[in-house]
Amino acid sequence: MIEIKDLHKSYRMGSNSLHVLKGINFSVEDGELVAIMGSSGSGKSTLLNILGMLDGADSGEYNLDGVPIKDLNETKAAQYRNKFLGFIFQSFNLINYKTAAENVALPLYYQKVGRKERQDKSIAYLEKVGLKNWAHHLPSELSGGQKQRVAIARALAAEPKVLLADEPTGALDSKTSYEVMDLIQKINDEGNTILVVTHEPDIAEMCKRIVHLKDGVIVEDKKVEQVRAEQYV
Amino acid sequence: MLDIERWQEIFDTLRKNKLRSFLTGISVASGIFILVILLGFGQGMRNGIEQEFKQDAATSLWVWPGVTSKEHKGLNPGRRITLTNENYNKATALFQEEIEYGSSRVFVNNVAVNYKKESLVYGVQGVSANFQFIENAKMIDGRFINYQDEETTAKVAVIGKKIRTDVFKDVATPIGEYIKLSGIPFKIIGVFTEYEDREEERIYIPITSAQKVFNGGDRVNNMSFTLPAKDNFDEAVAEATRFKANLKSFLQQSHTIAPDDTSGLDVWSAMEEAKRYYGLTNNIKIFFWFVGVCTIIAGVVGVSNIMLIVVKERTKEIGIRKALGAKPWSIIGMILHEAIFVTAISGFAGLIFSMALLEIVGPHIEIDYVLNPSVNFNVAFTTVIVLVVAGTIAGFFPAWRAAKVHTIEALRDE
Repeated sequence: MIEIKDLHKSYRMGSNSLHVLKGINFSVEDGELVAIMGSSGSGKSTLLNILGMLDGADSGEYNLDGVPIKDLNETKAAQYRNKFLGFIFQSFNLINYKTAAENVALPLYYQKVGRKERQDKSIAYLEKVGLKNWAHHLPSELSGGQKQRVAIARALAAEPKVLLADEPTGALDSKTSYEVMDLIQKINDEGNTILVVTHEPDIAEMCKRIVHLKDGVIVEDKKVEQVRAEQYV
Repeated sequence: MLDIERWQEIFDTLRKNKLRSFLTGISVASGIFILVILLGFGQGMRNGIEQEFKQDAATSLWVWPGVTSKEHKGLNPGRRITLTNENYNKATALFQEEIEYGSSRVFVNNVAVNYKKESLVYGVQGVSANFQFIENAKMIDGRFINYQDEETTAKVAVIGKKIRTDVFKDVATPIGEYIKLSGIPFKIIGVFTEYEDREEERIYIPITSAQKVFNGGDRVNNMSFTLPAKDNFDEAVAEATRFKANLKSFLQQSHTIAPDDTSGLDVWSAMEEAKRYYGLTNNIKIFFWFVGVCTIIAGVVGVSNIMLIVVKERTKEIGIRKALGAKPWSIIGMILHEAIFVTAISGFAGLIFSMALLEIVGPHIEIDYVLNPSVNFNVAFTTVIVLVVAGTIAGFFPAWRAAKVHTIEALRDE
């Protein structure tokens, strides 16, 4: 699904250049649930941004579902993001004046799906994350865990190839975190490919594979026995 | 523009940001409102001044004698100048080519005016037949004094409409009734109406009768002329100015008055006065336009300011939309579409409101020199379009910048 070869990325900081990713080789199969771990500054967010086409790499290859991702202009990147990727953010990033259902429907709007179908789909996905009764509430009326579930429903609504989660439990307490991880695991069980960036070991343990990043290189890449979050809920 | 999905998205956004939409709308609507009202009043002042000048024929000139204030050719200042029939006849002969109508006038003072047993207090003036055209008096009943009346020193009188309403309210028509001037009966032959009430309180009799009956001799109190109308205003002004100078110098020579002595004898030209007032109204118009355009600029600045704030406030939302697959042009389009929609709707609201106000209140305004303020619809409409276009351009740059902001940075924005 994802194939990365010798990926380099550096940032210019005035006259200095900060080499963040120093040759990443990495591939993800269909249906995997991968945790990307590392301390801050290890380059894990940069890697996720490149995977999410929010940022470009300096050199190296990146193939997503067999499509080479290279030299994208903004318009093309937007198209690919809409088609291939679903994002889950630490701070949820819901649009605060739109209801849960409208937030979930937004990626479909950019896919040019009709209004009626958008509404039906968004309700269906909210039902999937257990928030059907909250569909017409504003984000401000929802708890943190509920917001993240809306965000997950939104990421799913576009039916992407890969879900990218950037610290999805970073802003939640541990009980809510496990609920969210439980949901992510269930979505993965249905065959969705998911990448989770986290620095919490217990969250990482709930994935099927852990990739450790340190100073811009992968230091460890291991398959783990998945800890089901269900038991903590 | 015809994308229904986009419209729905815009309406959603506007509905859920009522205060912001409302404030943007108010700033645009008030800009248009102020401009239209200003332009309306500019036009109102023009109308008012034009009205003031309609009371006499536009090309009229009036000669007023006075008392000399300068020594000239050995004559002392302080001489009272008296115009005579001879002056008038010579002037008419001399300027025959240029004059359209001419009339001298005698003010008949100290005569008792009576109708039946009623004593009336109206001014009596002796004029010639042409005076009707100079004064712009319109006959609503009977006729004006004619040449025959002058030749025969007929005892006839023409009265103003106000006199008819005040005195002859009991008879069907005052025509054929007699009024007595110093005991001499004058038959009423006509009723005239004027632009100004004050001038409807006059009684006109033939100038020859006035001079003969009331011991006027050959003295006249003033002389008035009109010049033939010209197609071009500037040409007419030039003609009036030239005629005024010639007439003045002729009369000054006849009465031995210093050429620069305006109190001895003066000629008043309606055309020159009109030109001065037109110049004034033009300046007022320019001033109002200037203020109006400044208001519009303030409106545009306001709109672009609000756009900047809107974009800033929505940076994160834009980041989210981009992460979800919004293309840069779709972001720019969304923001501009919203801006155009709000400015257009509120611009036209301001336009309709202000025009309605002018339509309803305008005709009832009774201030000197302001008459029926109104505004040219095309001008107002164009202004709204200009504001919308300017608002769009002003909104484009913030929108463009917003679309160019790096998605990650936009998402990080709090």
